[in-house]
Amino acid sequence: MELMPVILFLFFVGLVLGLSFYFGRQTKSATSYFAAGGTIHWAVNGIAFAGDYLSAASFLGICGMIATAGYDGFLYSIGYLAGWIVALFVVAEPMKRLGKYTFTDALDAKFNSKGIQLAAAISTLVVSLFYLIPQMVGAGVLVTPLLGLPHAAGVIMVGMIVIIIVATAGMTSTTYVQFLKGGMLVVFSLALSIMVCQRGLTTTPDQAGTKPFYAYQTLAATASGDTLTLADPSWQLVGKIDAGGATFVKLSKGGAVTYWKKETKEGEATVQLRETQSLVVKPDGSKIINGAPASPENQLRQVGNLEEIRGKTGAEAVTGAIGPFELMSILGDSSTKARLWKEVKFKDGEDQVKIYTSYLVPGNKLMRPGMKFKVEGTTLEKIDFISLMLALFLGTAALPHILIRYYTVPSPACARKSTIVAIAAIGFFYVLTLYMGFGAMVNCVVNPADNNMSAPLLAKSFGVFLFSVISAIAFATVLGTVSGLIVAASGAVAHDIMDRYLALKMNEKQKVMAGKVSAFVVGIIAIILGIIFQGVNVTFLVGLAFAVAASANLPSVIMLLFWKKTTPHGIVASISTGIVVSIGIILFSPDMYALYGFDPKTAPIPFTNPGIFSIPASFFMLVAVSLLTWKEPSETSAEPLPIK
Amino acid sequence: MLHEPVAPVGKDLASDYKSRIGVWMFWLYAFIYASFVGINLLWPTSMENIVFMGLNLAVFYGFGLIVFALVLALIYNHLSTSREAAMNAEEASKGA
Repeated sequence: MELMPVILFLFFVGLVLGLSFYFGRQTKSATSYFAAGGTIHWAVNGIAFAGDYLSAASFLGICGMIATAGYDGFLYSIGYLAGWIVALFVVAEPMKRLGKYTFTDALDAKFNSKGIQLAAAISTLVVSLFYLIPQMVGAGVLVTPLLGLPHAAGVIMVGMIVIIIVATAGMTSTTYVQFLKGGMLVVFSLALSIMVCQRGLTTTPDQAGTKPFYAYQTLAATASGDTLTLADPSWQLVGKIDAGGATFVKLSKGGAVTYWKKETKEGEATVQLRETQSLVVKPDGSKIINGAPASPENQLRQVGNLEEIRGKTGAEAVTGAIGPFELMSILGDSSTKARLWKEVKFKDGEDQVKIYTSYLVPGNKLMRPGMKFKVEGTTLEKIDFISLMLALFLGTAALPHILIRYYTVPSPACARKSTIVAIAAIGFFYVLTLYMGFGAMVNCVVNPADNNMSAPLLAKSFGVFLFSVISAIAFATVLGTVSGLIVAASGAVAHDIMDRYLALKMNEKQKVMAGKVSAFVVGIIAIILGIIFQGVNVTFLVGLAFAVAASANLPSVIMLLFWKKTTPHGIVASISTGIVVSIGIILFSPDMYALYGFDPKTAPIPFTNPGIFSIPASFFMLVAVSLLTWKEPSETSAEPLPIK
Repeated sequence: MLHEPVAPVGKDLASDYKSRIGVWMFWLYAFIYASFVGINLLWPTSMENIVFMGLNLAVFYGFGLIVFALVLALIYNHLSTSREAAMNAEEASKGA
C-alpha cells in the first residue's frame, strides 16, 4: 500500500466530514435539512448539480465502458447530457414553483392526494436504491487498489461515512461537498485528458517506462480432425474447451497449466494458439492466475493496446504528442487496430474458470456504435438500443436526487440558470470521457476483470500523485452522490410518508430526526446491495436506474404540467405501472440472468433496457385512468394548476 | 397551493412564454437526438465517414449534440431573461 494515496484519501474524507459537521451546526429546521433553506446561489447549485450527476457511473463506468467497448460507452455520455435538455426546458422552473422538499410535493401540489404521496414516495425510494447500487459498487472498486482493502470494506466504509454526513447536516453539506467535488472532477479530468494527448500513441505502451509492455505469445500447431499437434514439443496439450463461441486449449509446461485460444484460418491446416489470461477458482476456494497461485505479485495483467497505428507497428508507429482531434482521427482510422479483451466463463471439471481473451478491432469500428449495442443486429437488439437511448434522454429529469436540488435555490430563474451551469460543466466533462476512456484502452491500464477502475488506473500510469488525487476525487464523487440519494430517499420516508401520508404530528425537530433515522436505514440497505452487485459495470446499472426513473416519474410530471385532465388516480396508476413494468423487464432480462448465474439465452424477456415499453405504458395508464376518473370541476371548486 | 415552496416564489409573468419556447426547443433537440439514433440504426457505417478535421460522423455528431445542448440552453436563458425583464417592467409601469 502506497502512502500518498492514503494521505490524500484521508484528507478528502476529513474535508468532507469537516464540512458536514460545520453545516450540521446550522441545520435546525426541516427546510434547512431537506432543501438547504432554499438559499444556495445558482452558480454553486449548478456545479453541485454536476457533482450530483457526475457520479461513479460517469467517471468510473463510462470511462471503463469506452476502454473496453469503444464508442458505445460514449453513447451514455451523449444520452446523459441530452437528458438535461428535458430538465431545463420542461421541468426545472415548474418543479421549483410547485414543490417544497421532495419530488412528491410537486406531483401532489394540486391534489393533496394520499395515493400520490404514497406512490411517489415509493417511486423515489425505488429509483434512489437502484441508483445507489452502482455508487456503492464504485466505492468498493476504488478502495481495493487505493487502500488494499477488499470490496466489501470499501462499500461499508462509504456507507458509514455517508450516513454520518447525511445524519449530521443534510442538504447544505451535501451541496457544498458536491460543489467542491464537481469542480475538481472536471479540472482533473481535463488535466488527465491533456496528458493522454501529450503522451501520444504507441503499440507497446509501458506506462512511461514503469511497466514493461507484455507481448502475448502465439504458438503454431497443426490440426488434423480433432487432433492438435504443437510445433514446439515443450508444450503438452492437456485439454480442450468450447466456450463463448471460441475454442480454448489447455497447455502444460513446467507444471503450469494455461489456457490458449485457438485461431484458425479457413481452409488451412495450420492453426495459431494465442495466449490468454485465466483465473481458475478451485473447489477449496484457492485461486490460480495464469497458471500460478494468486498472490499480491501474481495478479491479472492490465491490458489494452494498439496493435497498429495507421498500419504501422513498433518504433515507426510512435506518434509523440498529438492534438485532441488528431488523436480521435488516428483512433478512427480503419488501418489502426486495437487489441481488446473479453471475459469467457465456464466450468472445467470442478474448477470455475474465467478466461480473458483478446481480439482485434479496426479503428473505424471502434469509433462508432456497434460493439456493445448491436445497431446492425437483430430487430430486438435494435429495439434494445432505442430503448436505452430513450431512457437516458428522459431519465435525468425524473431522478429524485436531481429534482430536489431545484428546491435549494431561491427562485425559478435561479433554477433555470443553475441548470445551464450544470449543462456546461457536465457537457464538458462528457467530452473528456472520450479521451480518458480511449486513453485507458490504448495505454494498457485496463483491469480485464473489472473495467470500472480504468480512469484511475490511467491516472496511475502518469504517476502516483495524479492517481491519488483522481482516486480521492472519485471517492468523494461516490460520497457526494450517495449523500444526495440518501437525502432524497430519507425525504421520501420522513416527509412524504411519515409527515404527509401518515399525517404523524411531528414538530420540526422530530421531522429532522425522522429524516436522519431514515437515512441510516437506507444507507444500510445500500451497503448490502453494493456488496451483492460487485463487478458489474456501474454505468450499465445506472442506465437501468434511468429507465426506472423515466418510466415511473416522468410521465406524471409531464402530464401534470401539460394536460389539465390529469387526475390523482391517473398519476398513481402511471407511477405504479412504470415501476412494475420497468423492474419486471429488468429482472427477467438476459443481462440480469447472466448476473444470477443462469444462461442469458433462457431469459424470458429478450432485451435488457425496458424504457421503450415501460415509458409508453406509464403514459397510457395515466391517460386511460385519468379519463375514467376525471370530473368537470364545478365553478366554485375549480382550481387552476398553480403555475404563476 | 397546498404545499408551499421553501422560499416565497414571486409572480412569474413570463411563465407561459417560457413554457412555450421551452417545449419548442425540447422538440427541436429531440428531433436531432432521434436523428442520431436513427442514423446509427439505418446507416451505421455512415458513422465512420470523416466529416470535420479528421473526426468521423459518430464523434462529430456526439460532440455536436453536447455543444448544441449548451447553445440552446443559452438562447433559452437569454430569451427568458429578456421577457421576464420586459414583463416585469410593464407590470411595474402599470402599478405606477
